[in-house]
Amino acid sequence: MATNMISKRNLGMFMYLIFVLLPIYWLLNMSFKTNDEILGQLTLWPTDFTFDNYITIFTDASWYMGYVNSMTYVAMNLVITLLVSLPAAYAFSRYKFVGDKHLFFWLLSNRMAPPAVFLLPFFQLYSSVGLFDTHLAVALAHCLFTIPLAVWILEGFMSGVPREIDETAYIDGYSFGHFFIKIFIPMIRSGIGVTAFFTFMFSWVELLLARTLTSVDAKPISAIMTRTVGAAGIDWGVLAAAGVLTILPGILVIWFVRNHVAKGFALGRV
Amino acid sequence: MNKVPNNKAWWLVLPMFLLVAFSAIIPLMTVVNYSLQDIFDQNTAYFVGVEWYQETLRNTRLHDSLLRQFGFSFSVLLIEIPLGIVVALMMPTRGWQASAVLILLALPLLIPWNVVGTIWQVFARGDIGLFGWTLNNLGIDYNYTSNPLDAWLTVLLMDVWHWTSLVALLCYSGLRAIPDAYYQAAKIDRASPWAVFRYIQLPRLRNVLVIGVLLRFMDSFMIYTEPFVLTGGGPGTSTTFLSQTLTQMAIGQFDIGPAAAFSLVYFLIVLLVSWLFFTTITHMEKSDNGNKHDK
Amino acid sequence: MATITLKSLAHSYLAQPRNPQTHPQDYAIQALDHVWKQGGAYALLGPSGCGKSTLLNIISGLLSPSQGEVLFDDQVVNALSPEQRNIAQVFQFPVVYDAMTVAENLAFPLKNIKMPKAQIKIKVREIADLLELTDSLDKKAKNLSADQKQKVSMARGLVREDVSAILFDEPLTVIDPNLKWKLRRKLKQIHEQLNITMLYVTHDQLEAATFADEIALMYQGKIVQFGSPQELFERPNHSFVGYFIGSPGMNFIPIKKSEEGKKNEKDKGRVFYQNISLAISGSQQAALKSCHSTNLKLGIRPEFIELSETYEANSFPASVLSVQHLGSYQLVVVDFAGLEMQVRVAEKMQFSGAGVYLVFPSQWLKLYIDEYLVGEPVLVNKGDYKSENHE
Repeated sequence: MATNMISKRNLGMFMYLIFVLLPIYWLLNMSFKTNDEILGQLTLWPTDFTFDNYITIFTDASWYMGYVNSMTYVAMNLVITLLVSLPAAYAFSRYKFVGDKHLFFWLLSNRMAPPAVFLLPFFQLYSSVGLFDTHLAVALAHCLFTIPLAVWILEGFMSGVPREIDETAYIDGYSFGHFFIKIFIPMIRSGIGVTAFFTFMFSWVELLLARTLTSVDAKPISAIMTRTVGAAGIDWGVLAAAGVLTILPGILVIWFVRNHVAKGFALGRV
Repeated sequence: MNKVPNNKAWWLVLPMFLLVAFSAIIPLMTVVNYSLQDIFDQNTAYFVGVEWYQETLRNTRLHDSLLRQFGFSFSVLLIEIPLGIVVALMMPTRGWQASAVLILLALPLLIPWNVVGTIWQVFARGDIGLFGWTLNNLGIDYNYTSNPLDAWLTVLLMDVWHWTSLVALLCYSGLRAIPDAYYQAAKIDRASPWAVFRYIQLPRLRNVLVIGVLLRFMDSFMIYTEPFVLTGGGPGTSTTFLSQTLTQMAIGQFDIGPAAAFSLVYFLIVLLVSWLFFTTITHMEKSDNGNKHDK
Repeated sequence: MATITLKSLAHSYLAQPRNPQTHPQDYAIQALDHVWKQGGAYALLGPSGCGKSTLLNIISGLLSPSQGEVLFDDQVVNALSPEQRNIAQVFQFPVVYDAMTVAENLAFPLKNIKMPKAQIKIKVREIADLLELTDSLDKKAKNLSADQKQKVSMARGLVREDVSAILFDEPLTVIDPNLKWKLRRKLKQIHEQLNITMLYVTHDQLEAATFADEIALMYQGKIVQFGSPQELFERPNHSFVGYFIGSPGMNFIPIKKSEEGKKNEKDKGRVFYQNISLAISGSQQAALKSCHSTNLKLGIRPEFIELSETYEANSFPASVLSVQHLGSYQLVVVDFAGLEMQVRVAEKMQFSGAGVYLVFPSQWLKLYIDEYLVGEPVLVNKGDYKSENHE
C-alpha cells in the first residue's frame, strides 16, 4: 500500500512538472526552427534544425548588448542591495530603536505600490539627476523592492545566530566592523546566498522600470525583444531564441544555491 | 531573542533608508502632487483639490476594473494556494530528485515577466502553439484573442503556471522544518494521512502560507506585464486589469491627475489588506514568543 | 501484549555495509539475540551512539533491520508497520499536536482505533489524573511548557491499553530533575497497574535502575550484559559495564601471569602488577591457565576496596592524592604503585598523613581477559549460581 501511495505521488509530481516544462519546451523547440517551419505544419520537434536564430542574436551588437545591459544593472543592484541591507538587517535583528516597527512595514509596503502610474515620476526623478539611460538608474530603482526583501530575509537568518556570539567577540576585543566582516558574515553565508538569489530574481524579471529608465545605452534585453515585431510580422524564431537566453542566467543562479533554497524560501523564518 | 534598545542602530539603517527613500518618497510625493492638479502639458496645470478623488468614486470604468481585479486576485489565490500545497506534499524529500525538482519548479519564477507573456502568447495560439492547437484539435473552440472568457482563463492559467511554484517552494521549506519524530509519532498513533496533514503539516505551514498569500495577493493585484504581452488587455476589456487601465489613463489619454488619484486609492487598498496580514503575522510571532518564555 | 524476541539482528545505516565480521564499524547493531518477556519493565542503557535508539526504532518498526528477525510472541513482524505491531512510543523531545487541546491530544490515538466516545472520555480522564494533567485538559497543547508537553506525549503513549509494548526513548531529557524522579516513579506504578511490556532507553544508570527490573547494557552495537541493577553492579560481565555502572566506575589493574623475567614455583596462584603480587581464586587461576592473551586486568569497585592507615595482612601501601567530600561518603584518590585508584570511604574517616594501606577482598576482585569477565561462578538464571568455569 505504501508503494502505491508513493507511485501516486510521483505520478502527480511528474504531471505537474510536465505542466511547468511544456511551455518552456515549446519556446525551446521554436528557437531551433526556421520561421517557415514555425508558421507551417505544427511539429513537436524541429525537423529542420537550425542555430540561425541564436546566430542572429550573437552577431548583432544591438541584440547581445541587451543581455550585457541587463546583467550589468542586475549585478550593480546586487552589490548595492547587499552593502546597505547587511548592516540594516543586523540593526533590525539585534536592536530596538525608535520607529523600527514602522520602518520595517514601510519598507515592505514599497512592494505594494502599483508600478504603472509611478513610472512617470520615476522617469522625471532620474532625468532630473542626470541618471536617465544609465545602468545605475535601473539598479537604484530596483533597490526599491530588492532592499526590503533582502532586509527581510537577512533579518530572519541573522536572528538565528545567537547574541552570545556577538558578545564573545566584543569581549575578545574585536571592533564592530572587524567582528561583522570576519565573524558574523561568514556565519550567515547561506543566508547571503539565498538573498543574492532573490535579489537577482526580482531584478532580472522586472521590465517596466527598466524599460522606462533607459532608451539606448542601458536598454535591457526584455525591451529589445519587442523589436522582433517588424513590418513583415513577428520574427518568431528569434523571439523564441531571445526568450530562451533570458532563462539561462536564472538556471545558473539557482544551481549555485540549490541546497539552501528550501530554507531560503521560508525566508529564514520557519 | 531579546533585543537591546539602542537608537544608535539608526546609523546602521540610515544608508538603506536614504537609498530606499530616494526611490520611494520622491515619486510618491510627485504622484500626490499630480493627483491634486489638472495637467494639460508640462507647463500648464491647475490646482483642483480633491476633485479627482471625487471623480474616481464616480468613474464606472475604474470600478469595473477594480472588480475585475478582485475577481482575478481571488481566483488566483483560490487555485494557487491549494495547488501549491499539494505540489509541495508531492515533492521528493531527498536525493538528487529533490534538487532536480526544486530547480525545475523554480524555473518559471526566474523568467522575465514579459518573456512569460511571450511564452504563453505562443504556446496558446491555435495555429503555432501546442496548447491552442491541441484544444482546437480536440474539438474545443478556443481562441484567446477573440473570446473574452478564453482570454481571461488563459491569463489565469498563465498566472498559475508562473506563480504556483512560489507557493509550492514556500510550503516545501515549511514541510522540511517538521522534525521526523512528528511523523513517527503520528504513525504510532495510527493517524490517517489526512490527520497527518490536518494536525501536523498544516499547522506548521501557517506562517509560510501567510507569506505566500500576502505575496500572491500583492503581485496579482498589480499584474501588468504578462497580460499586456499576452492579450494587450483584450478582447474588449476582459483582461484589462487595474494597472493597465491606469497606464492607459496616464499615458494614453494623458489624464495624469485622475490616474494619480486613483493609483493612490488603489495603493491604499493594497496597503490596508497587506497591513491586516502583516499584523496577523506579528501577532502570531508574538504569541509564539509568549510560549517560549514559559519554557 | 507480547514477548519480544530479537533473532541475530544487525543493522547498518550504510547502503552497502561490508561483512559484519571484518568491518564491525559499519554496523550500528551487531548480531544481537535477545528476549524481552511479556510484562517486564526493561531499561536499555548505554552511552550515546551505542545503538540503543536504533534498536528501539527497529522494535517499534520505524526502522527495518538490515539482517535478522524481530518476533512478537511467535510472529515475525519485520514486514509490519508500527501500527500493525501495535506499539506505543514516547520520543526524546515532546511531540504534541499543536493545534489540539491536551484532551484532544490524549484522545487522538483512541479515536484512530475507533473507540466509542464515552469510553475515550473515561480513559482520557484516567490517564490525565495519573499524570496530573487534569487541570490543563482544555488548554491548547501549543501553550504548554516543555515538561508539560512531554507529559502529554507520555500520556498519549500510555492511553491505549491493548498495545504490545510501550517504548520510551530517553523521555525525561527535557524534564526538571525533581520532576524526573516523580515521573519515573509514576511510570513504574503504571507498569505495575497495566502489566504492559515497557522498554526504556536511557544513558543515565540511575534512571535505568529506578525504572527497570532488568537492564540491558549496550556497548558498540551489542548488549554486553543483561541483568538486574545489582548484578550489573556486582558482577560486570565486561570491563565496559564495570566502567559505565557505578559512580565512579570500577578500578582496573593491568596484570601479568608472572613477574618480569622470573619464573618461580612460589608464584603459583598469584598474578603480578609490576612487582606486586596479588592472590586470585582457584577458578580464576584455571581460566588464566588456558588463555594466551596478554590483555589481562583485575577490576575492583571503589566501594569494595578497604582502606586503613595501619598495616594489615595482605594489604598494600598507597599514598593519598586527593580527598573529595561528597556528603554521605568521601572519595579518595590514591596512588597505588603508579596507578591512580578511587576508593569510597565513610565520611567520618580522618586522614593523619598521606600513607595508607589498601586491602582488595578476593570475592570483589574480578578477572577480565580481553575485556570479558572470567573465572566466576556462572549465572544461569536470575539468583541461581552454578559453579562452573567460564571459557
